[in-house]
Amino acid sequence: MDILTQQLINGLVLGSIYALVALGYTMVYGILELINFAHGEVTMIGAMVALTVIGLLLGMAPELPGLMVVFSGLLVAIPACMALAFAIEKVAYRPLRRAPRLAPLITAIGVSIILQNVAMLVWGRQYVAFPAILPQGQYEVFGAHITDLQLVIVALSLTTMAGLWLLVERTRLGRAMRATAQSKEVAALMGVNVDRVISATFVIGAAIAAIAGVMVSAYYGLAHYHMGFLLGLKAFAAAVLGGIGNIAGAMLGGLLLGIIEALGAGYIGDLTGGFLGSHYQDVFAFFVLILVLVFRPSGLLGERVANRA
Amino acid sequence: MRTALDALRARPRLAFALLAALLVALPFLVGAGLGNSWVRVLDFVLLYILLALGLNIVVGYAGLLDLGFIAFYAIGAYVYALLASPHFGLHLPFWAILPISMALAGLFGVLLGTPTLRLRGDYLAIVTLGFHEIIRIFLNNLNAPYNLTNGPQGINLIDPITIGGHALSRPLELFGVTVPSTYLYYYVFLAFTLLVMAVAIRLQDSRLGRAWAALREDEVAAAAMGINTRNVKLLAFAMGATFAGLAGGLFASFQGFVSPESFSLWESFLVLCMIVLGGMGHIPGVILGAALLTVIPEALRYLGDLQRATLGHVVLDPADLRMLLFGIALVIMMIYRPAGLIPSRQRKRELTARDGVAEQEQASLYDAKA
Amino acid sequence: MADLLQVQGVTKRFGGLIALEDVSLSVRDGEIYGLIGPNGAGKTTLFNCMTGLYDLTGGEVRLGGVLLNGLKPHRIVEAGFARTFQNIRLFANMTALENVMVGRHVRTRIGLVGAILRTPRARAEEAAIRDRAVALLDHVGLRGKARTLAGHLSYGDQRRLEIARALATEPRLLALDEPVAGMNPTERRQMADLFQRLRADGLTLLLIEHDVKLVMGLCDRVAVLDYGRKIAEGEPARVRADPAVIAAYLGGEAA
Repeated sequence: MDILTQQLINGLVLGSIYALVALGYTMVYGILELINFAHGEVTMIGAMVALTVIGLLLGMAPELPGLMVVFSGLLVAIPACMALAFAIEKVAYRPLRRAPRLAPLITAIGVSIILQNVAMLVWGRQYVAFPAILPQGQYEVFGAHITDLQLVIVALSLTTMAGLWLLVERTRLGRAMRATAQSKEVAALMGVNVDRVISATFVIGAAIAAIAGVMVSAYYGLAHYHMGFLLGLKAFAAAVLGGIGNIAGAMLGGLLLGIIEALGAGYIGDLTGGFLGSHYQDVFAFFVLILVLVFRPSGLLGERVANRA
Repeated sequence: MRTALDALRARPRLAFALLAALLVALPFLVGAGLGNSWVRVLDFVLLYILLALGLNIVVGYAGLLDLGFIAFYAIGAYVYALLASPHFGLHLPFWAILPISMALAGLFGVLLGTPTLRLRGDYLAIVTLGFHEIIRIFLNNLNAPYNLTNGPQGINLIDPITIGGHALSRPLELFGVTVPSTYLYYYVFLAFTLLVMAVAIRLQDSRLGRAWAALREDEVAAAAMGINTRNVKLLAFAMGATFAGLAGGLFASFQGFVSPESFSLWESFLVLCMIVLGGMGHIPGVILGAALLTVIPEALRYLGDLQRATLGHVVLDPADLRMLLFGIALVIMMIYRPAGLIPSRQRKRELTARDGVAEQEQASLYDAKA
Repeated sequence: MADLLQVQGVTKRFGGLIALEDVSLSVRDGEIYGLIGPNGAGKTTLFNCMTGLYDLTGGEVRLGGVLLNGLKPHRIVEAGFARTFQNIRLFANMTALENVMVGRHVRTRIGLVGAILRTPRARAEEAAIRDRAVALLDHVGLRGKARTLAGHLSYGDQRRLEIARALATEPRLLALDEPVAGMNPTERRQMADLFQRLRADGLTLLLIEHDVKLVMGLCDRVAVLDYGRKIAEGEPARVRADPAVIAAYLGGEAA
């Protein structure tokens, strides 16, 4: 088996999930300059809700096709996450929109803590298993394996990203979002309802996060109340890598980060003479984050954000 | 009551003597009133005050959001554990190790701060979060091929602090009174806490403290007044890390055991909650916050006992509620009382000023530079 | 008299927008130099370029022969260039005295160790900082307001405080961005007196101002910026008669 090809495929799959989560960070940051710490948790809630629905459906009608069951879970998880994000924005962020920077950032951490702990109370401390109901086909490409699930994940990610792209570039709402990101004041003067645009941004990001949450739990075969944290951090790193505030950047950054992680995990043992092993996989995202912030804080596609005063 | 307070205010020496007597007697009062397990809680209150005072320099004074603070605490603790335990067979005395703990934690603070402190504050928050995660991953995995940290099992049998030939892990017989170990640690921790408090107060009230305050208020104006913003930030960051290193060393010797589990991100958030709740930048507020958030979870345990007594079993584990309540407190405090329970006057004005004009101008100035 | 400040061919572009184009001027030691021009002419941009808040696209700035290009803002202050801001940027939640004390930062040395140990040297320096700050408040006419929060001062007093804070850095050149904007005629006269006093103390002043009458009465020389270019420079009376200047102001504003 060709390790390089295999790791590239794995990285691409993981990266497309990161990209979806990164979109939520980057859209909110683009408009509010706020790091929505709770976004990773929204992703986790999406996975949990979907798993609950899947469990219920399987209990009632075990003969349903697996793909349909998972899809139903997703269809419930998306609106649930949208409602959640809407509420978070309204209750926790909106009152602080004109407060000093530190305040909304601390609130965001508070919301993140609340969501994790609520999830722990509702779904428990244990890992929740993702039932093995999805097609398990496997193909060989250039000496590496690719599964049905991986194909579905990549296809669904690309579809979602294309949909978002159309939404932002081709619709009235998208235009209002872009205008608001440029300047809230001017957008308001031009008749854009800024509050509604901000709400919409959170809600759209959450819908995408729900999709990502289901994907990631299907991919790893489990979900956990704590899963959103690391996923969120990595996705944020991806957003920064691509250039925060930039939608195409988030997509690119997510894919790249996935590939970096997969290649890093595959080769770190050889590179360090066996000193560090593949359990350091989670470290790469942060090294990438720090390196990007040091050498190119604007990211690959972004505008400059560093201050040097 | 008020007249009593006024009377004390008029006689600061008497007030000071009373306070000192109270602090000395406190473990005995707590031990007699609530039981010896609460003296242990008292020790942790002091440790958290130490941590909160350190983080307060970074967040409260300089306005930098450091979410990886506990990583420095972990570094301090592991340095202590490695230099005073059977793990390497080293048994250095505490007064030799604590400076190393502090220096190494401070050094890591400088290494992390140098590249990242020129970035906007919210990036710093994420980078420090990532740093914490890196440290945790390394602590968990540096047991092979070379066993440095002993991995998830952690390091055991760490030497207690030994003063004058007496190890604090054993009770001390003094004038026919037996002073338990937790009481002894209380006095050691108290001494360090008072020392750090004095340092924090002196720093706040100095050329450097003014520079931090200026930086927090308006970074551009601070630079235009000749303040080397990057160095001054770095100093705050390293100072905070150093204090965390000290607290870590004390923690390791007190527990006798360290493992990566003790240094979860929740601890970072917990310490942040303490200073936000009490009042950022204000030492009495920070102390109150640390005390409240250490004692409340302990008190919450009785809620579990209560459920067991009345309902027969525990429906809602109070330990699970703890962080949830803290999260809610963070959000509510930021929205309704951003300057904390006992705010400093300056911070109150800053944090309740909702116009944010300077912020916007600052932002637009940076935008203009692109 | 020697040139204290030399601005040579300074250009600043924001993306495609040219904010300053090939601006050159020189300020002589001990003079009051006025920088005038219509709104958006690039005056404040020039200030920001000189004080290190913006990077230059081209050209160079020298103070007493020392090249300021690429220096961090605090280095530029250290070199002796202090400024105020058009939209007052005081530390609003600190007292007037503390604001000025912050200004002493660059001329004092006590660091971490001194502050923690409160060495005799640290105490002496702290006392000196305080004394100097009190004296400066006095000098600009803010006696008795030391303990007032900067944000609570009247508008005119805030302008004065910004000047005191800038003076605390011991500048050779003090650059003032519209220091009398929004003041009534009496206050303006008092400020003009203050500027004369500062000049008598040996300071060089660079002044952005809209009040042409004030500029003409006060400045030894003026330069006029329009659309990012210098269109005139010289003695006030000559510049005032310059057709290009009159055209720039479209006959408005007493020019």
